[in-house]
Amino acid sequence: MAENRMIPLGEILDESIELSLTDLAQRCSVQTEFVIAMVYEGVLEPQGSEPEEWHFAGQDLIRLRRALRLQEDLDVNLPGVALALDLLEELDDLRSRIRSLERQMFE
Amino acid sequence: MEFKDYYKILGVDRKASQDEIKRAYKKLARKYHPDVSKEPDAEARFKDINEAYHALKDPEKRKAYDQLGSQWKQGQEFHPPPGWESARQGFSAEDRGGFSDFFSEIFGAGGPGRGFHYEQRNFRMRGQDLHAAIEITLEDAFHGASRTLSLQAPDIDEQGHVRERTRQLNVQIPKGVREGQHIRLAGQGGPGMGGGQAGDLYLAVQFAPHPLFHAEGRDIFLELPITPWEAALGTRLSIPTLGGRVEMKIPPGSQSGRKLRLKGRGFPGNQQGDQYLILRIETPPANTEEEKALYRKMAETMPYNPRKVRGI
Repeated sequence: MAENRMIPLGEILDESIELSLTDLAQRCSVQTEFVIAMVYEGVLEPQGSEPEEWHFAGQDLIRLRRALRLQEDLDVNLPGVALALDLLEELDDLRSRIRSLERQMFE
Repeated sequence: MEFKDYYKILGVDRKASQDEIKRAYKKLARKYHPDVSKEPDAEARFKDINEAYHALKDPEKRKAYDQLGSQWKQGQEFHPPPGWESARQGFSAEDRGGFSDFFSEIFGAGGPGRGFHYEQRNFRMRGQDLHAAIEITLEDAFHGASRTLSLQAPDIDEQGHVRERTRQLNVQIPKGVREGQHIRLAGQGGPGMGGGQAGDLYLAVQFAPHPLFHAEGRDIFLELPITPWEAALGTRLSIPTLGGRVEMKIPPGSQSGRKLRLKGRGFPGNQQGDQYLILRIETPPANTEEEKALYRKMAETMPYNPRKVRGI
């Protein structure tokens, strides 16, 4: 059954978004302890010193969701998730640099 | 509905041991995980792999599945054999959807979809967050646009059963979104259970190839072909940008590959992007005698050896 709804403007998850620890945990349906563990593992790097003052950007939401999926689907532990995320981001970066170099070579 | 050959999906023999099935699953799950894989159909493959493993890892379910016989082929039109309804009674109506109609038909009300465990652990009844990729044009990203998406998403019917449904959604793309960014649409994910909040929809933005421009972060690049005399003498040209045409001065003495900046003509946002022009000098063909004579005249009047300059 198809339905058609008009929906509001999407929100770009970039650095202009500010999320508190509770906001982030709620949006990912996890406990705040889990987010704190992710911060101490270096997966997320919020602004601010104390957990109550932490501010996360839109990209952190995407990073946390990616971490959760990896942990859930592939049974990876926290340090493994941190490593996988770093490597995946490096891979993304390399892929886009290859695309850019290929464009320059074949133009 | 279509028959699913779970053994074929996992690439294992029908006689494979539980250990072999687990190993095959682990390997494929890593290969096709949508966060890891760049295969275009990774999302669908991953779903199939999970479903297949879910059916075969449980010896009871596997036995029931095996009873269907080996004559069925992947994708074949399938109807459960008579009396199947009672045979599957042993399976608890586990949980929510995420799996195919075939799975639900064989084993009852579905199996766990991805991303659900966190909700369950915390006793949250919030709906599932959905994730999809969306390909838009550079123009859509620059100006903002509305698009209609077809999403395969779990939905709850009147009996409270979770079923995969195709949902049409109108989506407003905010202006200034860049490649690789994500857009969140609050409340547009799966429905909540027991009056719980709906999940969110996340869209990963990709750009369709554009005949003129390409984007790098906030900046837009355009390769601009010019003639040798335009490059040598300088000129004013009307240049296309995503925001419309603008006048641009090409300085005299320009070489191929020179990069010129049109400030503030890239993507809009807190930090406005720029547009860059990459000059490429094209050699006009010398077809007629007159044209050839002109080139010879140039060679005489202005002898120039670019190889010498570079020591070739």
